[in-house]
Amino acid sequence: MNYNWNWGIFWQPSPEGTGTYFDMLLSGLKWTIITAACAWFIALVLGSMIGILRTLPSRIANIIGTGYVELFRNIPLLVQLFLWYFVLPELVPRSMGLWLKQLPNAAFYTAFIGIGLYMSARVAEQVRAGINALPRGQALAGKALGLTVAQTYLYVLLPMAFRIILPPLTSEFLNTIKNTSVALTIGLLELTGRARSMQEFSFQVFEAFTAATLLYLLINAVVVLAMRAVERSVSVPGYSAGR
Amino acid sequence: MFSNFDFNVIVRTLPYLFFEGMRFTLTLTAMATLGGVVLGTLLAMMRMSGRPLLPGVAASYSNLMRSLPLVLVIFWFYFLIPYVGQWVTGGSRPIAVGAFMSAFVTFTLFEAAYFSEIMRAGIQSVSRGQAAAGYALGLTYWQVMGHIVLPQAFRNMLPVLLTQTIILFQDTSLVYVLSITDFLGAASKIAQRDGRLVEMYLFAAVVYFLISFALSRVVKRLQTETAIPH
Repeated sequence: MNYNWNWGIFWQPSPEGTGTYFDMLLSGLKWTIITAACAWFIALVLGSMIGILRTLPSRIANIIGTGYVELFRNIPLLVQLFLWYFVLPELVPRSMGLWLKQLPNAAFYTAFIGIGLYMSARVAEQVRAGINALPRGQALAGKALGLTVAQTYLYVLLPMAFRIILPPLTSEFLNTIKNTSVALTIGLLELTGRARSMQEFSFQVFEAFTAATLLYLLINAVVVLAMRAVERSVSVPGYSAGR
Repeated sequence: MFSNFDFNVIVRTLPYLFFEGMRFTLTLTAMATLGGVVLGTLLAMMRMSGRPLLPGVAASYSNLMRSLPLVLVIFWFYFLIPYVGQWVTGGSRPIAVGAFMSAFVTFTLFEAAYFSEIMRAGIQSVSRGQAAAGYALGLTYWQVMGHIVLPQAFRNMLPVLLTQTIILFQDTSLVYVLSITDFLGAASKIAQRDGRLVEMYLFAAVVYFLISFALSRVVKRLQTETAIPH
């Protein structure tokens, strides 16, 4: 393989003039983490609400919840980002469209809202599965105790449901982090995009991608370990003894 | 807001969108599914073989692939495959591999990691007694796998395999980063040429939605049909 390896490239100044190539990748990492965190917040809040809607004893709530999930799950994320980024400013009133187009950091806002909405449909499915995994008797017991529907969810169903779905939620969070890379298509300078520009500037393609790969593995490891700690600290003693 | 919505641009470019774009998207989906399932099944078998080294290699491969964003993997292979080709053929320069070929290889290798997890669950869903019975009858490993375990594993996992195929179908839109004319690529090229972003991207979204939604209905029906009645 006649490829000129040059691992020292990371310490050379990048043509942007704001530091070394390594700094450039770190700034990409920073944007990946910030975007993923904001998107995950939206996904978790909206996803929980939609997931709950789908388990309520109301036909209209079920239809709204199902429609939302099907809509966001069946369109590729890249297409959804294009819709928010390119199409939305054309469809709203002219002055608002102009404002949207001139927004600083528009790629960042589009990315975290778009990815957040996309992931919320997946979180909703997990929340629904978690609530449905509980024995029917729990909701009935809440009712028998005279709790309102809201109280039953808040004090009886959700605390256990969220504990049950912690492992799949961890992988959805990891998916959120990975999905931020799609936002490079709308110009977000996240980790994959930064590795790609490092390759374009320096031609050291494999060094750049190796570094990005290692950084992604690092984020993954941190998230997995953190979530394991969370799982351990919130587990209800004796509840999952059978498993 | 839709006052200057130009339906005509969609009608005019339908042949290009479907015969160029969608044909590539569907070919890529079909070939990557086929290749991914074959490779994924082999990985799952390696992982459960109990031989030295093999399980570790298979597990590392599938964990590595599943930890990385597909976009990064697409870039990796796009630049790596020419060098691997040179190494295999012993040539003096990296061989030129088109973006198309690169996409096929990438998606097959990437999706194999996900399919291997599904097939592992599928193989585990077949009771060990069946394999033991096969060995007791004097069947070899490949006969036990080919005639007893894998057919049932595929059947049990069919809905999950199809769901993964829907995800794969949507993921193929990411070849956009290699400027390939898949369905979204075709729509995007028209959108930029004619300045019709709204029409083309909305139309692309509707088409992706309809296909994915229809397929997910099929999966749902399969799930109820293949489910073991209680």
